[in-house]
Amino acid sequence: MATSDIEIAEHALQHHFASMDQQRETSTFGMWLFLVTEIMFFGGLFCAYLVYRWTYYQAFVEGSQTMNIWLGATNTAVLICSSLTMALAVRCAQTDKRKLMIVLLLITMVFGLAFLGIKAVEYHEHWTNHQFPGPNFQFDAAEAAGVNPQNVQIYFSLYWAMTGLHALHMVIGIGLVTWIVIAGARGMYSADYYSPVENVGLYWHFVDLVWIYLFPLLYLISKKHGG
Amino acid sequence: MASEEHRQHVLPASIYVSIWAILMFLTGLTVFVSFIELHNWNIVLALVIATIKATLVVLFFMHLYYSSKLTKVTVIVAIFFLFLLLALSMTDYLTRGWLTNQIH
Repeated sequence: MATSDIEIAEHALQHHFASMDQQRETSTFGMWLFLVTEIMFFGGLFCAYLVYRWTYYQAFVEGSQTMNIWLGATNTAVLICSSLTMALAVRCAQTDKRKLMIVLLLITMVFGLAFLGIKAVEYHEHWTNHQFPGPNFQFDAAEAAGVNPQNVQIYFSLYWAMTGLHALHMVIGIGLVTWIVIAGARGMYSADYYSPVENVGLYWHFVDLVWIYLFPLLYLISKKHGG
Repeated sequence: MASEEHRQHVLPASIYVSIWAILMFLTGLTVFVSFIELHNWNIVLALVIATIKATLVVLFFMHLYYSSKLTKVTVIVAIFFLFLLLALSMTDYLTRGWLTNQIH
């Protein structure tokens, strides 16, 4: 590394790292380790889903009929768009385009808020239709379909738990992006040091990943859509 | 030149836009095929499409393709343990009826 580069990087290089390379590598590795724990965290819910879907398949089909596929698909598209703007924001950080980075991060936040808004519309609909697990749970279509409403309730328990945990991650993600926007506006990041931007990006893409699986598993169980 | 050496490889923006276009197409495709009755193959197809999407996000948006071997091994181990969690749990539930006629 040339002397001038050491000077540029000096303010960002912590004393316990040998080089910027090592520091960035350590930071990315640490973020991935955290994401591994997140995979196992959501993995438990996916495992519960797998067991109960296998046990009460017909009840899960009936439960998924109440999902609005178009809202779910729109939300999938919104998250994919937000991942694109996030990936481009990280690229701007890599190439020192600070203003564009902040604009792209703000667009990412707007997509994130749009996702939560659409989710809130869906939650409201399920809530008013008594499709929330608990003493007031009702599922009148169950009898006609010949399934036990208690088993449909298991589907909704998993639906609320999985999408709720995912929505919580979205809220945290929007908070993290807010922090990056503020720090970015203060000129904290450069092409030599942008690990926080990169790591928040990794988190954001991970939350997108979870939804990529939640959408088909919860919304697209059976082709009886709209019937 | 020395400065670029210690910076991460920067991908052209066109790669991100291409990946985005493929992801949008696959989202449309998964909704479309869910309306076709394919019996047990519906879930297989839905999960295959979801896994292709997830792979693209991890490799390119999350830069795993360009990451160090250590990071790659970490992700592979995570997928392995997730598979272990799901597969070993199901060895219980899927085989409960094998020895007696009871399902549960």
